[in-house]
Amino acid sequence: MMATALPSILTILPELVLATGALFLILTGAFQGTRSINLVNGAAFAILVVAAIATVFQTSETQTAFNGSFVVDDFARFMKVVTLLGAAATLALAIDEMSRQLQKPFELAILVLLSSLGMLLMISANDLIALYLGLELSSLALYVLAAIDRHNAKASEAGLKYFVLGALSSGMLLYGASLIYGFTGTVSFAGIAAAVKGGSGPGLMFGLVFLLAGLAFKISAVPFHMWTPDVYEGAPTPVTAYFAATNKIAAMALTTRVLIQAFGTDAAEWRQILVFISIASMGLGAFAAIGQRNIKRLMAYSSISHVGYALVGLSAGTQDGVNGVLVYMAIYMAMTVGTFGCIVAMRTKDGSVETIDDLSGLARSQPAFAFVLMVLMFSLAGVPPLAGFWAKWYVFSAAVDAGLVPLAVIGFLTSVVGAYYYLRIVRVMYFDDGPARFVPLSGVLRAVLAVCGIVVILFGLLPSPIVMAAGAAAKSLF
Amino acid sequence: MDVSFAFFYLFAAVLLGSGFMVVAARNPVHAVLFLILAFVNAAALFLLLSAEFLAMILVVVYVGAVAVLFLFVVMMLDVDFAELKQGFLQYLPIGALIGVLFLIELIAVASFIVSGGKIAGAPLAINAVAQGERNITNVKAIGDVLYTTYVYYFEAAGLILLVAMLGAIVLTLHRREGVRRQSAAEQNARTKLTAVELRKVPFRQGV
Repeated sequence: MMATALPSILTILPELVLATGALFLILTGAFQGTRSINLVNGAAFAILVVAAIATVFQTSETQTAFNGSFVVDDFARFMKVVTLLGAAATLALAIDEMSRQLQKPFELAILVLLSSLGMLLMISANDLIALYLGLELSSLALYVLAAIDRHNAKASEAGLKYFVLGALSSGMLLYGASLIYGFTGTVSFAGIAAAVKGGSGPGLMFGLVFLLAGLAFKISAVPFHMWTPDVYEGAPTPVTAYFAATNKIAAMALTTRVLIQAFGTDAAEWRQILVFISIASMGLGAFAAIGQRNIKRLMAYSSISHVGYALVGLSAGTQDGVNGVLVYMAIYMAMTVGTFGCIVAMRTKDGSVETIDDLSGLARSQPAFAFVLMVLMFSLAGVPPLAGFWAKWYVFSAAVDAGLVPLAVIGFLTSVVGAYYYLRIVRVMYFDDGPARFVPLSGVLRAVLAVCGIVVILFGLLPSPIVMAAGAAAKSLF
Repeated sequence: MDVSFAFFYLFAAVLLGSGFMVVAARNPVHAVLFLILAFVNAAALFLLLSAEFLAMILVVVYVGAVAVLFLFVVMMLDVDFAELKQGFLQYLPIGALIGVLFLIELIAVASFIVSGGKIAGAPLAINAVAQGERNITNVKAIGDVLYTTYVYYFEAAGLILLVAMLGAIVLTLHRREGVRRQSAAEQNARTKLTAVELRKVPFRQGV
């Protein structure tokens, strides 16, 4: 008789909440139709918050479930809370946006729940099969979300492009995973780590390169970033916020776990790959964003460069480096949600606008809105004492400690270049004359912007709670 | 040299050849037919591993359903071949580059194995089950681990299929207002009184 495979319920409680909640809401929506839209949206938001709370109150011991293919440690809990909060905040933006539109698909909230579930599975993945299943679950829902505004040609194009390129990257990832399995004879990260300890041959390295290529697509790092501007521009704005704020965090967590836990002893081999990806992402993100007129495209390039900065910390391969990645992703989530909240709020009487010039003169017509956007832009640029500065501080100092001084210097230089286009938005808002007058912000938007603004400002003054949690989380990986 | 080796190389060679033809065939209908050939050969490889159940499932699901669906789609769509071939030369350099990279990689991996590189590791649980009891059937071996050891993967895969279904419905279902659908209950509730109206038509005056 085999031992029971069912884990302790508490270990998988957040995932269980999301899965059962999503199934329940599918039935509600299917039977009630669009009449249930408010119920489904509200319940989905509540489910995300409940799952985040359940994650916070999980025990801090490292637990595994399902024969070791699912692991819950401090690292997973930290990343899950960040992802779930990002998902809840962006779902709030989506609900707010939906209230102004004719099309009210109740499936949007359910797809957000299911892709968030996939992200949690990614963060907790402890072997290659679990990695792939989590990745596919989240990605498949994201492809649909990109095209959910199906009467809009740009959204359909975004969805199709994302789907085709995503399938290609999944293929590369699977090819890499099969090579790794072939050369180590095991799919579990612990088993791979044991096999790598004896030295990795060329086959294993090829496997790792392909696996990293697939993961780099998901975090939209150069040279696998081509889809990002088009998809970010074409998808509905709250969905874009969801892509930027949650999917990247989960994929970054997965990359970190694979590299540190499975290939940790082989850091010298993958460090050069990461350094290349990191420099290319920071550089391209900084230079390509300069010419952008559309603020969503600009945020796409901005997100590419921020992934580059986070990878600086991961390139260090040390506990401090992972700590930096965790702090960076948490702060990045707050900044991204806030900025996309501002973009959602760019609504005139005739509809939403997306170009940077539409912001001109905002400081006079809506000073509070302009102030929040200015704080977020300063933070994204890395101006002290805001949160974005500290995020860069942690990853760069970890890189310097690990002996990667040139990488840190390049990171610093590209962030100076990047500051140009963030500050241009501030200039347009404060010094250009223009007719910018958006419709008054709804309560939900006000709340999201206020919370993000407060987090970004206060982190510089009181960094300890997030940094301490991230420190404990980074420790659990080593 | 076992006879099963000869069969392995036969099926594997046909599989690779038909896989190549799927990409190279000019006519998409031929490409789908080569795809079916590839599936059947893969099923034969499963048979050589004495995984009869997987072999049958592969034929039933992939050949019986998926490939036939492909065939329908290919025949229904009006594909313009001249237009498809237009970008070929433009993409040839990058394609050739990637092909050469893959070739170098294969040679590197092969030389690593030939030079005596070891491949470590433990067998998967399903192998352990199969080795523990030699005379159990395929289906039992899979069933023993599918809902126990691998229940997590099974459930996650189920959720992925759910998302696929949900996505297909969201993206394609048109919910139009004012469509007159058949309502069996309403039809059955009709009686002679509500359905038929008897009129006395006066002679030579019309209705």
